[in-house]
Amino acid sequence: MMPDFLASWLDQNDIFNAMTIMEYWDGAVTTVQLVFVSLIIGLVCAVPLAILRTVRNPFVSGPVWLYTYLFRGTPLLIQLYIIYYGVAQIPGIQETFWWEIFREPFYPALLAFALNTCAYTTEIIRGAIMSTPHGEIEAAKAYGMNWFMRMRRIVLPSAARRAVQAYSNEVIFMLHSSAIASVVTIVDLTGAARNIYSRFYAPFDAFIFVALCYMVLTFILVFAFRKLENHLLRHQRPVGS
Amino acid sequence: MKKLIIAASCALAMFASGVQAEDRNLRIAFDVPYEPFEYKDENGNLTGFEVDLATAMCEEMKADCEFVIQAWDGMIPGLVARKFDLIMSSMSITAERAERVLFSEPYYNTPGGWFGPENFTADVTDMNTMKGKTVGVQRGTTMDTFVTEEMADVVTIKRYTTADDMVLDLEGQRLDAVFVDYPVGEQTVLTKDGFKEIGKPVKLGEGVGVAMRKRDKAIADEVNAALRKLKENGTYDAIMKKYFAYDIKV
Repeated sequence: MMPDFLASWLDQNDIFNAMTIMEYWDGAVTTVQLVFVSLIIGLVCAVPLAILRTVRNPFVSGPVWLYTYLFRGTPLLIQLYIIYYGVAQIPGIQETFWWEIFREPFYPALLAFALNTCAYTTEIIRGAIMSTPHGEIEAAKAYGMNWFMRMRRIVLPSAARRAVQAYSNEVIFMLHSSAIASVVTIVDLTGAARNIYSRFYAPFDAFIFVALCYMVLTFILVFAFRKLENHLLRHQRPVGS
Repeated sequence: MKKLIIAASCALAMFASGVQAEDRNLRIAFDVPYEPFEYKDENGNLTGFEVDLATAMCEEMKADCEFVIQAWDGMIPGLVARKFDLIMSSMSITAERAERVLFSEPYYNTPGGWFGPENFTADVTDMNTMKGKTVGVQRGTTMDTFVTEEMADVVTIKRYTTADDMVLDLEGQRLDAVFVDYPVGEQTVLTKDGFKEIGKPVKLGEGVGVAMRKRDKAIADEVNAALRKLKENGTYDAIMKKYFAYDIKV
């Protein structure tokens, strides 16, 4: 329940009444779902892709290189347009069960965001894998570990420590990029702000409030990643601290 | 002596203009092209519904009118800065604009039109048949307000910035119907195969009025009188029939 002073203030306010606050809340839920799910999908796919990308055989690493090149070389907005409008143009798609999924704007947006963040994450992890010190690998070989065990025990854990800082940036960029979901009729935070702006002709109030919402989400992410970094990089802290 | 004569003639001219209203010069601004309201024909002459109506109105007011082309962004600033005296360029009457300009009574109001695919069978006024449908509107339009207020519980509303994006989604079968400014729907939806009008046009909002400077109350009275006369004596209907197959009169 809302405290009384807040309720009475909301009653006197044109733009921030209980209804618009609910619209913002629903928008925030949609934004978080969209970003969170696409980041999970992106991360899960990025780890194997990053490993393939480091393989010497060009027939293995080439397709992954092409994928990351395409998705990092074009704007996310264009990717979203192509997937959202492009899918609807495929002849006969409306009769297949895929249409149940792609009719809603949420899933095309989710696909575009996941593919995009996966491309960036792949490159981040690849960079971290490539910069594994040779000594660590040689030591692992000397212990008789095979490739798979080396990856699992030595390369990936140390790569994860090196990737986490760059990855936290990618997560925050993804949160901010998700604002473009509103162009395909998804009512995320930005979509809610646009609807409210057009209803009350009050761009400043509507957009400054939504900017604050994004900032709060960003601070939560920054805080969470700082905790994670402290945990992962605790071996680098000076002794005794 | 000469100065005195100039001063005297100026005073006389001012006096005369006060008495003889018919000698007055009015400059009317349009933003072209906005078919069929104001546009240039193949010979480069300014024409269209509002241009014809403005001509008839000037005749009725016995005013000498001059037509000015002005881009939309500079419309209200140009009026305030006295670059012209009237705006007749499809400017909808809104409370926000009414704070800066003086509006005449509305002289036209295009209805909102319902458009959908050929196989659309529901009745747009019957909420039982509309249940579960997805309807597209342009964000912030009077059509958006109408659907939001009347149908939000029954249908899913999708809001678009441009009509083009909305029509793409109608073609892609993501929307069951669109509710859009009638002339826009006529040009974008009905020009495509497989789409039709699925309900009667609905009149929404106050409509479009002539905009004037706040202080020009005398001109506003004359404009209102002239528009009323044109609506009564059939001139308005004749002009409307020339450009529209449906009723936009208010």
